[in-house]
Amino acid sequence: MPAPQPVEATKVSGLPPTGREAAPLLRGTSGETGDRIFKSAMLVCGLAVLAILVLIVYELMLRSGPSWHAFGFKFFAGHDWDPVNEHFGALPFIYGTLVSSLLALLIAVPLSIGVAVFTTEMCPAALRGPLSFFVELLAAIPSVVYGLWAIFVLVPLLSHYVQPFLSSTLGWTGFFTGAPYGISMLAAGIILAIMIIPIISSITREVLVVVPQNQREAALALGATRWEMIRVAVLRNARAGIMGGIILGLGRALGETMAVAMVIGNRPEIAKSLFAPGYTMASVLANEFSEATGDVYLSALIEIGLALFLVTIVVNALARLLVWTVTRGQPSRANA
Amino acid sequence: MPDPMHTNDPLQTVPAIALRRRITDHVMTGAAVLAVILVLAPLVAIFGYLVYRGVGSINWAFLTQTPKPVGEAGGGMANAIVGSVFILALASIIGVPIGVGAGIYLAEFGRNRFGDTIRFTADVLNGVPSIVIGIVAYALVVLSQRHFSALAGGVALAIMMIPTITRTTEEMLLLVPQALREAAYGLGIPRWRTTLSITLRTATSGVITGIMLAFARVAGETAPLLFTAFGNQNWNLAVNQPTAALPLQIYTYAISPYDEWHKQAWAGAFILIVLIVTSVAAVRFAVRRGTFGAA
Repeated sequence: MPAPQPVEATKVSGLPPTGREAAPLLRGTSGETGDRIFKSAMLVCGLAVLAILVLIVYELMLRSGPSWHAFGFKFFAGHDWDPVNEHFGALPFIYGTLVSSLLALLIAVPLSIGVAVFTTEMCPAALRGPLSFFVELLAAIPSVVYGLWAIFVLVPLLSHYVQPFLSSTLGWTGFFTGAPYGISMLAAGIILAIMIIPIISSITREVLVVVPQNQREAALALGATRWEMIRVAVLRNARAGIMGGIILGLGRALGETMAVAMVIGNRPEIAKSLFAPGYTMASVLANEFSEATGDVYLSALIEIGLALFLVTIVVNALARLLVWTVTRGQPSRANA
Repeated sequence: MPDPMHTNDPLQTVPAIALRRRITDHVMTGAAVLAVILVLAPLVAIFGYLVYRGVGSINWAFLTQTPKPVGEAGGGMANAIVGSVFILALASIIGVPIGVGAGIYLAEFGRNRFGDTIRFTADVLNGVPSIVIGIVAYALVVLSQRHFSALAGGVALAIMMIPTITRTTEEMLLLVPQALREAAYGLGIPRWRTTLSITLRTATSGVITGIMLAFARVAGETAPLLFTAFGNQNWNLAVNQPTAALPLQIYTYAISPYDEWHKQAWAGAFILIVLIVTSVAAVRFAVRRGTFGAA
């Protein structure tokens, strides 16, 4: 952010009146046309950003029309996904998207906050830079590489060790029953968690850093242990920003496509067990869009895309608002 | 961490509650360390596996040949590597000027309500799932051209690059001291010339870093290419034809049931990561050395 510049008005008022008239005169003679062209060209670029969003909304609404006319609101409540008979209901996908994202948050939130608290409050200053660099390196790995790793490392690990253990200890809850194939809602949740940790932790770190130092000192002076200081002075002050980071992570998890499509099993069913395969809104688009035959099928898929778009817009706008209230309008350095 | 108030209590009045507070403190510190370990473990595992499985599968054929049909050994991803570079070049040609222009508009002319609208739009666009952008590029380009094409892929990736470039360009231009602009105006330099030759030039290194950030973000994208660039088993450098891309090829091979293809997927993933990291590092290095004339 720019350092606050000394207010020009005070300087200008000190100058003789001639100095004030010279500048506009010079500018006016040498570059007025150029300025006007330049400003309009830059305005066109700015308008292009706006136009992209408008185009996205327009195209999605236009192309999802046939499906909307055929099914109306029932589209979002229907269980059947039957391309052969052209009967479409999106509920299994909505369910899969929600459950896999919430599972991811359940895993990622405590870990991310732990990492952020450790880097800002606990670790030696020399470790701070490298540690945040490594965590953010996770964000640079492409989704498809996560998927590849998940297929060949995470899924076998789950099916050989984690799932048998969970089903023998927690099987009675009903969430951990069924054959341990590895490919499951659980695998999708875990890989999503790994992918959203860098977002949540980097934003949490950003908002923890802006908590005033004297808040910490005040808590310590009152005899608080370090953890009590973190809980009372740091986390409580930053909770709106942390919430923003979590919601931003949620937005990313909802729209994540490839890694999920590779491990979730791609079956449009609603199952209670986390070991069962599922399907998400984004992954059904990835798998079926280029093979969709018939207008209704294609527009049903686009309608899922529209729903996904609207949900992520709302989620992201909410997150930005929360982060902005804490960092006071500074653009976030972490790109979601 | 030691807490002098309690550890050195001479009157031995340390009640159970103080002990509990200290234990809690230690437990929470341990929990934070555990969180760090749990987060770094997958990072190490992923990079370790990439090197372990990837490097062994890379050979000359992989880098120079096109894919072989199922069952035949050998073959490579040369066309996919070139295709990825091609699509990314198209995306940059479309996305960079628009993104930088919009950033300039926001920084130099956008301190108003309308500027805020564009700013917010860019932030919102940043969060749109990549698969949705793929649908839009499909509707806009593929449907009007009537077939999948490199251009459609480039448009999809450009749409994803623009918001990031816009916001970082704006941020970097705002870092340039106002006095520099005023000095230029004072010399009678028109505003457009000041913005391009003084402000933008001063902020070059930051703007390029932003562009690389956007580039790195879309370089590994698969979802928006699935039904735009579509993939291709052969060479293609025509703008209006389906084109292979490295991430697409990795995806196809990863979900196939063939061992030979799995190996190639790992090799492709390794190459992809290396491409992303080296391109970003190279530009950062060049920027730091002042090759681009940055201040």
